[in-house]
Amino acid sequence: MPKMVVEARIVRNTEIGVNVKELVLYAPEIAAQAVPGQFLHVRVSDSYHPLLRRPLSISDADRQAGTISTIYRVVGQGTACLAALTSEDSVNCMGPLGNGFALQSQRPLLVGGGMGLAPLLFLAGALCPHPIEILMGGRTREEMFWADMFHGKCDAIHITTDDGTLGSCGVTLDVLPEVLKNGAFDLIYTCGPRIMMEGVAKVAKKHNIPCQVSLEDYMACGIGGCLSCTCAGKNGTRKKVCSDGPVFWAQEVMA
Amino acid sequence: MSNEENTMLGITIAGIKMKTPVMTASGTFGFGLEYKDFVDLNKIGAVVVKGTTLLPRHGNQGRRIAETPAGMLNSIGLENPGVNEFLSGILPHLNAYDVPIIVNISGNTVEEYGELAALLNASGVDGLELNISCPNVKEGGIAFGTNCDSASAVVRQVKKNTDLPVIVKLSPNVTDIVAMAQSVEDAGADAISLINTLLGMSIDIHKWRPVLGNVVGGLSGPAVKPIAVRMVWQVAQSVKVPVIGMGGIVTAEDAVEFMLAGATAVAVGTANFINPCAAQTVAEGIESYIRQRGLSHVRELVGKVNI
Ligand SMILES: Cc1cc2nc3c(=O)[nH]c(=O)nc-3n(C[C@H](O)[C@H](O)[C@H](O)COP(=O)(O)OP(=O)(O)OC[C@H]3O[C@@H](n4cnc5c(N)ncnc54)[C@H](O)[C@@H]3O)c2cc1C
Ligand SMILES: Cc1cc2nc3c(=O)[nH]c(=O)nc-3n(C[C@H](O)[C@H](O)[C@H](O)COP(=O)(O)O)c2cc1C
Repeated sequence: MPKMVVEARIVRNTEIGVNVKELVLYAPEIAAQAVPGQFLHVRVSDSYHPLLRRPLSISDADRQAGTISTIYRVVGQGTACLAALTSEDSVNCMGPLGNGFALQSQRPLLVGGGMGLAPLLFLAGALCPHPIEILMGGRTREEMFWADMFHGKCDAIHITTDDGTLGSCGVTLDVLPEVLKNGAFDLIYTCGPRIMMEGVAKVAKKHNIPCQVSLEDYMACGIGGCLSCTCAGKNGTRKKVCSDGPVFWAQEVMA
Repeated sequence: MSNEENTMLGITIAGIKMKTPVMTASGTFGFGLEYKDFVDLNKIGAVVVKGTTLLPRHGNQGRRIAETPAGMLNSIGLENPGVNEFLSGILPHLNAYDVPIIVNISGNTVEEYGELAALLNASGVDGLELNISCPNVKEGGIAFGTNCDSASAVVRQVKKNTDLPVIVKLSPNVTDIVAMAQSVEDAGADAISLINTLLGMSIDIHKWRPVLGNVVGGLSGPAVKPIAVRMVWQVAQSVKVPVIGMGGIVTAEDAVEFMLAGATAVAVGTANFINPCAAQTVAEGIESYIRQRGLSHVRELVGKVNI
């Protein structure tokens, strides 16, 4: 499937949480091909500062409407530039980049933390009508606007917050054993902080459930040309997060 | 399109015939194939592949890039699959395209450069570019590029082991770039390319730690362009071999600046990360510029800055 670079008109760029925005772009060529787990590489301004593109997961693709969405947190200069754009603007966008999740699961469990929930949203849509359970974690209630977004897509939603303001107090890994006890899952998909994904992969391995992780790293080109984002794979192999991933089977990239 | 010099952009540099004077800079364009969805590889002057070493290298630990104002730092550490994998697994795919392939090589010793040159003296390779300047690799590299004698020794060793044109890529991290250029020319360089990255550093003021895992890294992108233009200008006046200019080229106007300074050809590096078809758009832009100026060939720009 060819990757491409397009000038995408902004359909909307709206606040959906504190410092979190959803960007919807009109990019029918990308929407037609995108699969869950892939990402966009977005030029946030025409100037040389910031210079590099920003990688953002695809959180939805609507083939009929020709749109793709991404949900991003404003954390620095690049995402602040992006947040300032309106439906008057367009952004230069490469996509769909990387490889997506394996979609063969009949009884999936999704485990997501923070902005890692963005690609899982697209995934949940694609795994319907299979019964989907999701375990999601965040710092505090304010961050859990995600729950509403997964409603209707998932059959069961388990929530944890670090401060206990919503769902169980703690982190996803505290609740994971309980969730696994009550369901016979055939695949676990996880995206979020590295430490969470490593924990999930370990538990999945113990339960003999295949697990896919979606990695994140600093990257310049996004297509395997600069070798900024390589990591160690099995048996001394090297993996590029951008083009071999960002989705990997856990055992490919984690001990 | 013919690659003879009867087009406006066609050039021959050190015997390598190119359809345009715009090449890709090593390390910013992978092995070329990574970019094939975005750019017509048949329309690039030459593909200069990622720095290749005798044995595979995993590169540096930790964070490898940092964005800086109008530029970036990198400390990839020459990650590459090694020369054998390049020759057997990658080169055959690249040779499906009608584009010259220049292999950028890096060694830890003079002998290693020679060995690499001998292994690469193969069909399908159109030229060698000697990276004597990569500032990232702790075991060597920097020493060759900052010392006239060791740089010359590398060039002589490579020339002994190859029939291919040899381009020597200079490091800007020296006091006297002209002395370096003249030394490698005397040692037999067929062309000189410059600049490689400038050694730099970024510090995270929240963590009080260097941003890069390797502490220091090479600066590239628009931020370095004026330094690169100055060095190309100085070198082009002092050597007879052709000069390939690079450092911060994003647009055709940038490229024209380098040619006026004396570069016969140019390479786009960091720009490939911003615009994956940069090598093609820059070449097209140069052609428009030439037409607008009423010129008939790109060579009419070379070294024409009026001082
Ligand atoms: C494959 C992939 C998918 C991603 N998906 C999302 C998503 O759906 N939603 C979301 O909010 N964020 C996502 N991120 C993280 C997002 O790319 C960063 O938050 C963003 O680049 C920060 O840019 P900045 O200029 O605002 O921050 P700054 O910290 O100022 O950025 C400085 C530099 O570091 C890079 N950088 C900073 N943080 C990260 C990071 N976590 N990962 C990679 N590069 C980083 C920037 O790209 C930039 O080059 C994803 C990252 C990757 C690699
Ligand atoms: C990520 C990255 C990797 C690089 N790797 C190499 C390399 O392997 N060998 C080499 O000779 N130069 C390497 N360079 C230097 C470039 O080829 C070029 O000389 C330099 O970046 C200046 O050009 P630019 O500003 O257009 O990028 C690398 C540069 C970058 C940004």
